[in-house]
Amino acid sequence: MYKKHDYVEIELCVLTKDERAAQVPKDTKEVPLMLRTKGFLLEDGRINEEVSIMTATKRIVKGTLVEGNPFYKHTFGGFVYETQQIRSIIEAEAGNLDE
Amino acid sequence: MSKTYLDVMKRRSKIILDSLQFDYSRYEDKDGIGFDYEQMMKDTGFTLEDVKRIQLENRVGNTPLVELRNLTKYARKFAEKGYGARIFLKDEADNLSGSFKARRAAISVYQAKKLGYKGVIAATSGNYGAAVAAMAARLGLRCIIVQECYDSNQIGQPEIIEKARACEAYGAEVVRLTVGPELFYQFLLLLEETGYFNASLYSPYGIQGIETLGEEIATEVLKKYNKYPEVVVCTNAGGGNLTGTARGLINAGAKDTKIIAASVDLTGLHMASDTDFNRKSFTTGHTGFGIPFTTFPDRSDVPRSAGRPLRYLDKYLTINQGSVFFITEALARLEGMERGPAGNVSLAIAFKLSQKMKEDELIVVQESEYTGAGKHMNAQLDFAKKRGIKLLFGNPMTEIPGENIIFPASAKEIDYKEIPLDQLRKSYLRHYKNQKLTDKDIQYLALELKTDFKTVEKLREEEDESTSR
Repeated sequence: MYKKHDYVEIELCVLTKDERAAQVPKDTKEVPLMLRTKGFLLEDGRINEEVSIMTATKRIVKGTLVEGNPFYKHTFGGFVYETQQIRSIIEAEAGNLDE
Repeated sequence: MSKTYLDVMKRRSKIILDSLQFDYSRYEDKDGIGFDYEQMMKDTGFTLEDVKRIQLENRVGNTPLVELRNLTKYARKFAEKGYGARIFLKDEADNLSGSFKARRAAISVYQAKKLGYKGVIAATSGNYGAAVAAMAARLGLRCIIVQECYDSNQIGQPEIIEKARACEAYGAEVVRLTVGPELFYQFLLLLEETGYFNASLYSPYGIQGIETLGEEIATEVLKKYNKYPEVVVCTNAGGGNLTGTARGLINAGAKDTKIIAASVDLTGLHMASDTDFNRKSFTTGHTGFGIPFTTFPDRSDVPRSAGRPLRYLDKYLTINQGSVFFITEALARLEGMERGPAGNVSLAIAFKLSQKMKEDELIVVQESEYTGAGKHMNAQLDFAKKRGIKLLFGNPMTEIPGENIIFPASAKEIDYKEIPLDQLRKSYLRHYKNQKLTDKDIQYLALELKTDFKTVEKLREEEDESTSR
Protein backbone atom coordinates (compact mmCIF):
# COMPACT_ATOMS: atom_id res chain seq x y z
CA MET A 1 0.00 0.00 0.00
CA TYR A 2 1.33 3.41 -0.96
CA LYS A 3 0.10 6.60 0.62
CA LYS A 4 -0.90 9.91 -0.88
CA HIS A 5 2.29 11.94 -1.60
CA ASP A 6 4.42 8.79 -2.03
CA TYR A 7 6.61 8.78 -5.15
CA VAL A 8 5.58 6.09 -7.64
CA GLU A 9 5.70 4.97 -11.24
CA ILE A 10 2.55 4.38 -13.26
CA GLU A 11 1.88 2.71 -16.57
CA LEU A 12 -0.83 3.37 -19.13
CA CYS A 13 -1.77 2.21 -22.58
CA VAL A 14 -1.32 4.83 -25.31
CA LEU A 15 -2.47 2.69 -28.23
CA THR A 16 -4.00 -0.78 -28.14
CA LYS A 17 -2.83 -3.40 -30.63
CA ASP A 18 -5.72 -2.46 -32.93
CA GLU A 19 -4.98 1.25 -32.78
CA ARG A 20 -1.32 1.00 -33.80
CA ALA A 21 -0.07 2.81 -36.90
CA ALA A 22 -0.23 1.07 -40.27
CA GLN A 23 3.54 1.24 -40.91
CA VAL A 24 4.52 -0.62 -37.70
CA PRO A 25 6.20 -4.03 -38.26
CA LYS A 26 4.27 -7.18 -37.41
CA ASP A 27 5.95 -8.03 -34.10
CA THR A 28 5.40 -4.52 -32.76
CA LYS A 29 1.77 -4.55 -33.90
CA GLU A 30 1.15 -7.57 -31.71
CA VAL A 31 1.78 -5.53 -28.56
CA PRO A 32 0.21 -2.29 -27.32
CA LEU A 33 2.16 1.00 -27.06
CA MET A 34 2.70 1.51 -23.34
CA LEU A 35 3.84 4.58 -21.42
CA ARG A 36 5.45 5.00 -18.02
CA THR A 37 5.97 8.13 -15.97
CA LYS A 38 6.71 9.01 -12.34
CA GLY A 39 5.21 11.36 -9.79
CA PHE A 40 3.55 11.86 -6.39
CA LEU A 41 0.40 9.91 -5.58
CA LEU A 42 -2.74 12.05 -5.27
CA GLU A 43 -4.48 9.28 -3.33
CA ASP A 44 -3.59 6.05 -1.53
CA GLY A 45 -3.10 3.08 -3.84
CA ARG A 46 -1.78 -0.46 -4.24
CA ILE A 47 0.25 -2.07 -7.00
CA ASN A 48 -1.97 -2.78 -10.05
CA GLU A 49 -4.60 -0.28 -8.92
CA GLU A 50 -5.66 2.74 -11.01
CA VAL A 51 -4.25 5.89 -9.44
CA SER A 52 -3.56 9.53 -10.26
CA ILE A 53 -0.19 11.19 -9.83
CA MET A 54 1.31 14.63 -10.18
CA THR A 55 4.43 14.55 -12.33
CA ALA A 56 7.55 16.75 -12.23
CA THR A 57 5.88 19.15 -14.69
CA LYS A 58 2.75 19.33 -12.47
CA ARG A 59 0.67 17.30 -14.89
CA ILE A 60 -1.99 15.05 -13.43
CA VAL A 61 -1.80 11.61 -15.05
CA LYS A 62 -3.93 8.51 -14.46
CA GLY A 63 -2.55 5.01 -14.80
CA THR A 64 -1.83 1.67 -13.16
CA LEU A 65 0.54 1.82 -10.20
CA VAL A 66 3.48 -0.43 -11.14
CA GLU A 67 6.23 0.55 -8.70
CA GLY A 68 6.59 2.41 -5.43
CA ASN A 69 9.69 4.47 -4.63
CA PRO A 70 11.17 3.78 -8.08
CA PHE A 71 14.90 4.20 -8.36
CA TYR A 72 17.74 3.43 -10.76
CA LYS A 73 18.99 -0.11 -11.06
CA HIS A 74 21.23 0.21 -14.10
CA THR A 75 24.87 -0.64 -13.59
CA PHE A 76 28.16 -1.10 -15.43
CA GLY A 77 27.09 -4.70 -16.07
CA GLY A 78 28.81 -7.83 -14.83
CA PHE A 79 32.37 -8.86 -15.63
CA VAL A 80 32.90 -9.36 -19.37
CA TYR A 81 36.05 -11.37 -20.10
CA GLU A 82 36.20 -10.13 -23.70
CA THR A 83 36.88 -6.54 -22.59
CA GLN A 84 40.02 -7.80 -20.83
CA GLN A 85 41.01 -9.62 -24.02
CA ILE A 86 40.61 -6.39 -26.01
CA ARG A 87 42.83 -4.64 -23.49
CA SER A 88 45.50 -7.34 -23.78
CA ILE A 89 45.54 -6.98 -27.58
CA ILE A 90 45.92 -3.21 -27.32
CA GLU A 91 48.70 -3.46 -24.73
CA ALA A 92 50.60 -6.00 -26.79
CA GLU A 93 50.21 -4.13 -30.09
CA ALA A 94 50.46 -0.48 -29.12
CA GLY A 95 53.55 -1.24 -27.04
CA ASN A 96 53.99 2.14 -25.39
CA LEU A 97 54.39 0.64 -21.92
CA ASP A 98 58.00 -0.48 -21.83
CA GLU A 99 59.71 1.83 -24.29
CA MET B 1 -10.86 17.52 -29.28
CA SER B 2 -10.44 13.98 -30.54
CA LYS B 3 -7.32 12.19 -29.34
CA THR B 4 -7.37 9.28 -31.77
CA TYR B 5 -4.14 8.57 -33.61
CA LEU B 6 -5.40 9.68 -37.00
CA ASP B 7 -7.10 12.86 -35.74
CA VAL B 8 -4.02 13.99 -33.81
CA MET B 9 -1.77 13.26 -36.80
CA LYS B 10 -4.12 15.40 -38.93
CA ARG B 11 -3.55 18.31 -36.54
CA ARG B 12 0.24 17.95 -36.66
CA SER B 13 0.97 21.05 -38.77
CA LYS B 14 -1.05 23.27 -36.45
CA ILE B 15 0.50 21.73 -33.32
CA ILE B 16 4.03 22.14 -34.70
CA LEU B 17 3.38 25.74 -35.75
CA ASP B 18 1.97 26.64 -32.30
CA SER B 19 4.83 24.92 -30.51
CA LEU B 20 7.66 26.46 -32.54
CA GLN B 21 6.16 29.74 -33.83
CA PHE B 22 8.24 29.15 -36.91
CA ASP B 23 6.24 29.33 -40.11
CA TYR B 24 7.79 26.83 -42.50
CA SER B 25 5.25 27.60 -45.23
CA ARG B 26 7.08 30.90 -45.92
CA TYR B 27 9.98 28.98 -47.48
CA GLU B 28 8.03 26.55 -49.65
CA ASP B 29 8.31 26.85 -53.40
CA LYS B 30 4.64 27.38 -54.21
CA ASP B 31 4.69 25.49 -57.50
CA GLY B 32 7.51 23.02 -56.97
CA ILE B 33 9.06 20.46 -54.63
CA GLY B 34 11.75 22.70 -53.13
CA PHE B 35 12.08 25.23 -50.34
CA ASP B 36 14.50 28.03 -49.51
CA TYR B 37 16.83 26.30 -47.05
CA GLU B 38 19.32 29.14 -46.64
CA GLN B 39 16.62 31.71 -45.94
CA MET B 40 15.08 29.40 -43.35
CA MET B 41 18.47 29.10 -41.61
CA LYS B 42 18.90 32.90 -41.63
CA ASP B 43 15.51 33.52 -40.07
CA THR B 44 16.36 32.18 -36.62
CA GLY B 45 17.16 35.73 -35.61
CA PHE B 46 20.52 34.64 -34.13
CA THR B 47 23.92 35.50 -35.58
CA LEU B 48 26.95 33.26 -35.03
CA GLU B 49 28.10 35.75 -32.39
CA ASP B 50 24.74 35.49 -30.57
CA VAL B 51 24.99 31.71 -30.62
CA LYS B 52 28.52 31.78 -29.21
CA ARG B 53 27.55 34.20 -26.46
CA ILE B 54 24.49 32.17 -25.40
CA GLN B 55 26.56 28.99 -25.36
CA LEU B 56 29.46 30.45 -23.38
CA GLU B 57 27.08 31.95 -20.81
CA ASN B 58 25.77 28.42 -20.30
CA ARG B 59 28.98 26.39 -20.09
CA VAL B 60 28.64 25.15 -23.66
CA GLY B 61 31.24 25.21 -26.43
CA ASN B 62 34.93 26.08 -26.54
CA THR B 63 35.73 22.44 -25.82
CA PRO B 64 39.35 21.24 -26.01
CA LEU B 65 40.75 19.85 -29.25
CA VAL B 66 42.99 17.02 -28.10
CA GLU B 67 45.67 15.42 -30.25
CA LEU B 68 45.52 11.64 -29.82
CA ARG B 69 49.23 11.00 -30.19
CA ASN B 70 49.25 7.41 -28.92
CA LEU B 71 46.30 6.41 -31.03
CA THR B 72 47.93 7.98 -34.09
CA LYS B 73 51.13 6.08 -33.32
CA TYR B 74 49.06 2.88 -33.04
CA ALA B 75 47.39 3.52 -36.42
CA ARG B 76 50.78 4.18 -38.04
CA LYS B 77 51.94 0.67 -37.11
CA PHE B 78 49.60 -0.57 -39.83
CA ALA B 79 50.26 2.17 -42.40
CA GLU B 80 52.82 2.38 -45.18
CA LYS B 81 55.85 4.58 -44.63
CA GLY B 82 54.93 8.26 -44.75
CA TYR B 83 51.27 7.51 -44.03
CA GLY B 84 49.17 7.83 -40.86
CA ALA B 85 47.47 11.22 -40.50
CA ARG B 86 47.44 12.88 -37.08
CA ILE B 87 44.15 12.22 -35.25
CA PHE B 88 42.52 14.95 -33.13
CA LEU B 89 39.43 14.65 -30.94
CA LYS B 90 37.09 17.52 -30.17
CA ASP B 91 36.28 16.58 -26.60
CA GLU B 92 32.61 17.47 -26.56
CA ALA B 93 32.06 15.47 -23.37
CA ASP B 94 33.33 18.66 -21.74
CA ASN B 95 30.05 20.49 -22.48
CA LEU B 96 27.25 21.08 -19.99
CA SER B 97 25.46 17.70 -19.71
CA GLY B 98 28.33 15.80 -21.35
CA SER B 99 27.84 15.87 -25.12
CA PHE B 100 27.74 18.09 -28.22
CA LYS B 101 23.96 18.04 -27.94
CA ALA B 102 24.29 20.87 -25.42
CA ARG B 103 25.07 23.16 -28.35
CA ARG B 104 21.75 22.37 -29.98
CA ALA B 105 19.75 22.56 -26.76
CA ALA B 106 21.30 25.89 -25.75
CA ILE B 107 19.75 27.73 -28.69
CA SER B 108 16.41 25.87 -28.77
CA VAL B 109 15.72 26.37 -25.08
CA TYR B 110 16.92 29.99 -25.19
CA GLN B 111 14.44 30.64 -27.99
CA ALA B 112 11.65 29.01 -25.96
CA LYS B 113 12.41 31.35 -23.06
CA LYS B 114 12.58 34.36 -25.37
CA LEU B 115 9.15 33.56 -26.82
CA GLY B 116 7.67 33.25 -23.33
CA TYR B 117 6.97 29.52 -23.22
CA LYS B 118 6.68 27.96 -19.74
CA GLY B 119 8.33 24.72 -20.74
CA VAL B 120 10.00 22.65 -23.47
CA ILE B 121 9.43 19.16 -24.84
CA ALA B 122 11.83 17.04 -26.84
CA ALA B 123 11.38 13.58 -28.33
CA THR B 124 14.73 11.84 -27.88
CA SER B 125 16.24 8.70 -26.38
CA GLY B 126 19.71 10.17 -26.71
CA ASN B 127 22.02 12.69 -25.08
CA TYR B 128 19.81 15.48 -26.38
CA GLY B 129 17.35 14.82 -23.55
CA ALA B 130 19.87 15.61 -20.83
CA ALA B 131 21.06 18.61 -22.84
CA VAL B 132 17.55 20.09 -23.07
CA ALA B 133 16.80 19.26 -19.43
CA ALA B 134 20.02 20.89 -18.20
CA MET B 135 19.45 24.04 -20.22
CA ALA B 136 15.79 24.21 -19.13
CA ALA B 137 16.96 23.96 -15.51
CA ARG B 138 19.30 26.91 -16.06
CA LEU B 139 16.64 29.06 -17.72
CA GLY B 140 13.87 28.17 -15.27
CA LEU B 141 11.64 26.31 -17.71
CA ARG B 142 9.78 23.05 -17.19
CA CYS B 143 10.85 20.12 -19.33
CA ILE B 144 9.40 16.87 -20.64
CA ILE B 145 11.56 14.34 -22.47
CA VAL B 146 9.76 11.63 -24.47
CA GLN B 147 11.85 8.48 -24.83
CA GLU B 148 11.51 5.19 -26.64
CA CYS B 149 12.96 3.14 -23.80
CA TYR B 150 11.51 -0.35 -23.33
CA ASP B 151 10.49 -3.41 -25.25
CA SER B 152 7.10 -5.00 -24.57
CA ASN B 153 8.61 -6.99 -21.68
CA GLN B 154 9.51 -3.68 -20.04
CA ILE B 155 13.21 -4.37 -20.54
CA GLY B 156 14.96 -1.09 -21.11
CA GLN B 157 18.11 -0.36 -23.09
CA PRO B 158 20.76 0.37 -20.42
CA GLU B 159 22.05 3.33 -22.41
CA ILE B 160 18.58 4.91 -22.57
CA ILE B 161 17.81 4.23 -18.91
CA GLU B 162 20.96 6.15 -17.96
CA LYS B 163 19.89 9.04 -20.17
CA ALA B 164 16.50 9.08 -18.40
CA ARG B 165 18.32 9.30 -15.09
CA ALA B 166 20.36 12.27 -16.29
CA CYS B 167 17.19 14.07 -17.47
CA GLU B 168 15.55 13.48 -14.10
CA ALA B 169 18.64 14.79 -12.34
CA TYR B 170 17.97 18.13 -14.04
CA GLY B 171 14.32 18.10 -12.98
CA ALA B 172 12.69 16.90 -16.19
CA GLU B 173 9.71 14.59 -16.43
CA VAL B 174 10.70 11.60 -18.53
CA VAL B 175 7.83 9.96 -20.38
CA ARG B 176 9.05 6.48 -21.32
CA LEU B 177 7.43 4.48 -24.08
CA THR B 178 7.68 1.01 -25.51
CA VAL B 179 8.95 0.59 -29.08
CA GLY B 180 7.21 2.25 -32.00
CA PRO B 181 7.16 5.28 -34.28
CA GLU B 182 3.86 6.38 -32.71
CA LEU B 183 6.06 8.06 -30.13
CA PHE B 184 5.51 11.07 -32.37
CA TYR B 185 1.76 10.87 -31.68
CA GLN B 186 2.36 10.93 -27.92
CA PHE B 187 4.78 13.83 -28.43
CA LEU B 188 2.08 15.83 -30.29
CA LEU B 189 -0.46 15.04 -27.55
CA LEU B 190 1.92 16.39 -24.91
CA LEU B 191 2.63 19.56 -26.92
CA GLU B 192 -1.10 20.13 -27.21
CA GLU B 193 -1.79 19.40 -23.55
CA THR B 194 0.99 21.57 -22.10
CA GLY B 195 1.44 24.33 -24.69
CA TYR B 196 5.20 23.91 -24.29
CA PHE B 197 7.84 24.71 -26.91
CA ASN B 198 8.95 21.96 -29.31
CA ALA B 199 12.71 21.80 -28.73
CA SER B 200 13.11 19.76 -31.90
CA LEU B 201 16.53 18.43 -32.83
CA TYR B 202 15.74 19.38 -36.39
CA SER B 203 14.62 23.00 -36.11
CA PRO B 204 16.96 25.69 -37.49
CA TYR B 205 17.87 26.50 -33.84
CA GLY B 206 18.92 22.91 -33.24
CA ILE B 207 21.30 23.04 -36.21
CA GLN B 208 22.57 26.59 -35.82
CA GLY B 209 23.76 25.62 -32.35
CA ILE B 210 26.26 23.17 -33.86
CA GLU B 211 27.73 25.63 -36.33
CA THR B 212 30.01 26.87 -33.54
CA LEU B 213 31.51 23.38 -33.36
CA GLY B 214 32.67 23.51 -36.97
CA GLU B 215 33.81 27.09 -36.55
CA GLU B 216 35.89 26.25 -33.45
CA ILE B 217 37.60 23.35 -35.25
CA ALA B 218 38.47 25.47 -38.31
CA THR B 219 39.74 28.42 -36.28
CA GLU B 220 41.81 26.43 -33.80
CA VAL B 221 43.42 24.15 -36.38
CA LEU B 222 44.25 27.11 -38.64
CA LYS B 223 45.84 29.00 -35.75
CA LYS B 224 47.96 26.08 -34.55
CA TYR B 225 48.84 24.31 -37.81
CA ASN B 226 48.51 27.09 -40.35
CA LYS B 227 45.98 25.15 -42.42
CA TYR B 228 42.51 23.66 -42.13
CA PRO B 229 42.11 19.95 -41.35
CA GLU B 230 42.05 17.73 -44.44
CA VAL B 231 39.23 15.62 -42.98
CA VAL B 232 36.52 16.01 -40.33
CA VAL B 233 34.65 12.83 -39.35
CA CYS B 234 31.11 13.23 -37.98
CA THR B 235 29.04 10.51 -36.37
CA ASN B 236 25.79 10.56 -38.32
CA ALA B 237 22.29 9.67 -37.16
CA GLY B 238 19.60 12.33 -37.68
CA GLY B 239 21.97 14.40 -39.83
CA GLY B 240 22.07 17.55 -37.70
CA ASN B 241 25.51 16.98 -36.24
CA LEU B 242 27.10 16.67 -39.66
CA THR B 243 25.10 19.51 -41.18
CA GLY B 244 25.84 22.03 -38.43
CA THR B 245 29.53 21.11 -38.25
CA ALA B 246 29.94 21.37 -42.03
CA ARG B 247 28.17 24.74 -42.15
CA GLY B 248 30.40 26.04 -39.37
CA LEU B 249 33.56 24.84 -41.14
CA ILE B 250 32.50 26.43 -44.43
CA ASN B 251 31.52 29.73 -42.77
CA ALA B 252 34.94 29.86 -41.14
CA GLY B 253 36.69 29.34 -44.48
CA ALA B 254 37.50 25.61 -44.38
CA LYS B 255 35.87 25.03 -47.75
CA ASP B 256 38.17 22.20 -48.88
CA THR B 257 37.94 20.12 -45.71
CA LYS B 258 36.38 16.76 -46.56
CA ILE B 259 33.30 15.90 -44.49
CA ILE B 260 32.94 12.20 -43.68
CA ALA B 261 29.72 10.74 -42.30
CA ALA B 262 30.28 7.83 -39.91
CA SER B 263 27.62 5.39 -38.68
CA VAL B 264 27.81 2.10 -36.86
CA ASP B 265 26.40 -0.63 -39.08
CA LEU B 266 23.12 -2.10 -37.82
CA THR B 267 21.99 -3.49 -41.16
CA GLY B 268 19.27 -6.09 -40.74
CA LEU B 269 17.84 -4.76 -37.47
CA HIS B 270 14.46 -3.05 -37.89
CA MET B 271 14.28 0.19 -35.91
CA ALA B 272 10.55 -0.09 -35.21
CA SER B 273 10.70 -3.77 -34.23
CA ASP B 274 9.88 -4.70 -30.66
CA THR B 275 12.09 -7.81 -30.82
CA ASP B 276 15.08 -6.11 -32.49
CA PHE B 277 15.04 -3.18 -30.05
CA ASN B 278 17.24 -4.80 -27.41
CA ARG B 279 19.45 -6.67 -29.88
CA LYS B 280 21.38 -3.56 -30.80
CA SER B 281 24.32 -2.38 -28.73
CA PHE B 282 24.17 1.19 -30.00
CA THR B 283 21.04 3.27 -29.69
CA THR B 284 22.34 6.18 -31.75
CA GLY B 285 24.98 7.01 -34.34
CA HIS B 286 23.82 3.99 -36.33
CA THR B 287 22.70 3.27 -39.90
CA GLY B 288 19.10 2.67 -38.72
CA PHE B 289 18.78 6.43 -38.25
CA GLY B 290 21.65 7.57 -40.45
CA ILE B 291 20.52 6.15 -43.78
CA PRO B 292 16.79 7.04 -43.63
CA PHE B 293 17.46 10.56 -42.34
CA THR B 294 20.19 11.17 -44.91
CA THR B 295 18.08 9.98 -47.82
CA PHE B 296 14.87 11.62 -46.59
CA PRO B 297 15.55 14.39 -44.03
CA ASP B 298 11.93 15.56 -43.88
CA ARG B 299 10.83 12.46 -42.00
CA SER B 300 11.61 14.34 -38.76
CA ASP B 301 9.30 16.06 -36.28
CA VAL B 302 9.25 19.39 -38.17
CA PRO B 303 7.96 20.06 -41.72
CA ARG B 304 11.46 20.80 -43.06
CA SER B 305 14.47 19.42 -41.27
CA ALA B 306 17.38 21.84 -40.93
CA GLY B 307 19.70 18.80 -40.87
CA ARG B 308 20.40 17.94 -44.51
CA PRO B 309 23.59 15.85 -44.67
CA LEU B 310 23.64 15.12 -48.41
CA ARG B 311 24.16 18.85 -48.99
CA TYR B 312 27.51 18.59 -47.23
CA LEU B 313 29.00 15.13 -46.99
CA ASP B 314 31.84 13.87 -49.18
CA LYS B 315 31.85 10.22 -48.10
CA TYR B 316 29.58 7.96 -46.04
CA LEU B 317 31.46 5.24 -44.14
CA THR B 318 30.13 2.57 -41.79
CA ILE B 319 31.84 0.42 -39.19
CA ASN B 320 30.85 -2.61 -37.12
CA GLN B 321 29.93 -2.51 -33.41
CA GLY B 322 32.94 -4.59 -32.32
CA SER B 323 35.44 -2.13 -33.78
CA VAL B 324 33.80 0.82 -31.99
CA PHE B 325 34.03 -1.03 -28.66
CA PHE B 326 37.66 -1.89 -29.41
CA ILE B 327 38.56 1.74 -30.10
CA THR B 328 36.61 2.87 -27.01
CA GLU B 329 38.91 0.66 -24.94
CA ALA B 330 41.98 1.96 -26.81
CA LEU B 331 40.97 5.57 -26.14
CA ALA B 332 40.80 4.83 -22.41
CA ARG B 333 43.92 2.66 -22.26
CA LEU B 334 46.21 4.71 -24.52
CA GLU B 335 44.96 8.26 -24.10
CA GLY B 336 43.50 8.17 -20.59
CA MET B 337 40.12 9.30 -21.91
CA GLU B 338 37.14 7.20 -20.87
CA ARG B 339 34.24 8.24 -23.10
CA GLY B 340 30.88 6.72 -24.08
CA PRO B 341 31.00 4.18 -26.89
CA ALA B 342 28.38 5.77 -29.22
CA GLY B 343 30.43 8.94 -29.55
CA ASN B 344 33.40 6.89 -30.73
CA VAL B 345 31.89 5.66 -33.99
CA SER B 346 33.70 8.40 -35.90
CA LEU B 347 36.93 7.72 -33.99
CA ALA B 348 36.96 4.06 -35.05
CA ILE B 349 36.59 5.16 -38.67
CA ALA B 350 39.27 7.84 -38.27
CA PHE B 351 41.69 5.16 -37.03
CA LYS B 352 41.50 3.40 -40.41
CA LEU B 353 41.24 6.58 -42.49
CA SER B 354 44.45 7.86 -40.91
CA GLN B 355 46.32 4.89 -42.35
CA LYS B 356 45.31 5.91 -45.87
CA MET B 357 46.32 9.56 -45.45
CA LYS B 358 49.77 11.17 -45.36
CA GLU B 359 51.39 11.63 -41.97
CA ASP B 360 51.40 15.43 -42.18
CA GLU B 361 47.65 15.50 -42.80
CA LEU B 362 45.11 16.17 -40.03
CA ILE B 363 41.89 14.33 -39.18
CA VAL B 364 39.48 15.79 -36.66
CA VAL B 365 36.95 13.55 -34.93
CA GLN B 366 34.35 16.12 -33.97
CA GLU B 367 32.72 14.68 -30.86
CA SER B 368 32.97 12.58 -27.74
CA GLU B 369 30.35 11.94 -25.04
CA TYR B 370 30.32 11.23 -21.32
CA THR B 371 30.19 7.67 -20.07
CA GLY B 372 28.63 6.15 -16.96
CA ALA B 373 26.54 3.26 -15.66
CA GLY B 374 24.34 1.95 -18.48
CA LYS B 375 25.99 3.93 -21.27
CA HIS B 376 29.32 2.22 -20.85
CA MET B 377 30.85 -0.41 -23.11
CA ASN B 378 30.92 -3.01 -20.35
CA ALA B 379 27.24 -2.43 -19.56
CA GLN B 380 26.34 -2.70 -23.24
CA LEU B 381 28.40 -5.85 -23.79
CA ASP B 382 27.04 -7.58 -20.69
CA PHE B 383 23.50 -6.70 -21.81
CA ALA B 384 24.17 -8.10 -25.29
CA LYS B 385 25.70 -11.29 -23.90
CA LYS B 386 22.67 -11.88 -21.66
CA ARG B 387 20.41 -11.64 -24.75
CA GLY B 388 22.39 -14.43 -26.45
CA ILE B 389 24.45 -12.21 -28.73
CA LYS B 390 27.83 -13.85 -29.26
CA LEU B 391 30.98 -11.90 -28.49
CA LEU B 392 33.68 -13.07 -30.88
CA PHE B 393 37.16 -12.13 -32.09
CA GLY B 394 37.87 -12.31 -35.80
CA ASN B 395 37.12 -10.42 -38.98
CA PRO B 396 34.94 -7.48 -37.93
CA MET B 397 33.61 -7.13 -41.49
CA THR B 398 31.64 -10.37 -41.00
CA GLU B 399 29.67 -9.19 -37.96
CA ILE B 400 25.90 -9.82 -38.12
CA PRO B 401 24.12 -7.12 -36.05
CA GLY B 402 21.77 -8.68 -33.51
CA GLU B 403 23.49 -12.08 -33.73
CA ASN B 404 27.09 -11.35 -32.85
CA ILE B 405 29.57 -8.63 -32.07
CA ILE B 406 32.95 -9.24 -33.67
CA PHE B 407 35.97 -7.52 -32.15
CA PRO B 408 39.07 -7.22 -34.29
CA ALA B 409 41.73 -9.74 -33.22
CA SER B 410 44.21 -6.98 -34.06
CA ALA B 411 43.68 -3.23 -34.58
CA LYS B 412 44.99 -3.95 -38.07
CA GLU B 413 41.62 -5.56 -38.85
CA ILE B 414 39.61 -2.39 -38.10
CA ASP B 415 38.06 -1.35 -41.39
CA TYR B 416 35.06 0.51 -42.74
CA LYS B 417 32.61 -0.01 -45.56
CA GLU B 418 31.73 2.79 -47.94
CA ILE B 419 28.19 3.50 -49.07
CA PRO B 420 28.54 5.08 -52.53
CA LEU B 421 27.15 8.62 -52.58
CA ASP B 422 25.21 7.96 -55.77
CA GLN B 423 23.42 5.11 -54.05
CA LEU B 424 22.30 7.49 -51.29
CA ARG B 425 21.33 10.12 -53.85
CA LYS B 426 19.21 7.59 -55.73
CA SER B 427 17.41 6.61 -52.52
CA TYR B 428 16.69 10.28 -51.97
CA LEU B 429 15.40 10.68 -55.53
CA ARG B 430 13.11 7.66 -55.12
CA HIS B 431 10.76 9.96 -53.19
CA TYR B 432 10.12 11.86 -56.45
CA LYS B 433 9.81 8.80 -58.65
CA ASN B 434 7.43 9.13 -61.61
CA GLN B 435 6.84 12.74 -60.67
CA LYS B 436 7.11 15.35 -63.39
CA LEU B 437 9.77 17.81 -62.28
CA THR B 438 10.55 21.27 -63.60
CA ASP B 439 14.04 22.64 -64.23
CA LYS B 440 13.69 24.58 -61.00
CA ASP B 441 12.94 21.34 -59.13
CA ILE B 442 16.02 19.68 -60.61
CA GLN B 443 18.13 22.67 -59.59
CA TYR B 444 16.82 22.33 -56.05
CA LEU B 445 17.66 18.61 -56.07
CA ALA B 446 21.18 19.39 -57.30
CA LEU B 447 21.67 21.58 -54.21
CA GLU B 448 20.13 18.98 -51.93
CA LEU B 449 22.44 16.28 -53.30
CA LYS B 450 25.59 18.41 -53.68
CA THR B 451 25.84 17.67 -57.38
CA ASP B 452 24.90 19.23 -60.73
CA PHE B 453 21.80 19.39 -62.87
CA LYS B 454 22.98 16.73 -65.33
CA THR B 455 23.89 14.24 -62.61
CA VAL B 456 20.46 14.56 -61.02
CA GLU B 457 18.84 13.81 -64.38
CA LYS B 458 21.16 10.87 -64.98
CA LEU B 459 20.55 9.38 -61.53
CA ARG B 460 16.81 9.77 -61.96
CA GLU B 461 16.96 7.90 -65.25
CA GLU B 462 19.07 5.11 -63.75
CA GLU B 463 16.69 4.84 -60.81
CA ASP B 464 13.66 4.58 -63.09
CA GLU B 465 15.38 1.93 -65.24
CA SER B 466 16.51 -0.16 -62.28
CA THR B 467 13.04 -0.29 -60.75
CA SER B 468 11.13 -0.85 -63.98
CA ARG B 469 13.23 -3.90 -64.80
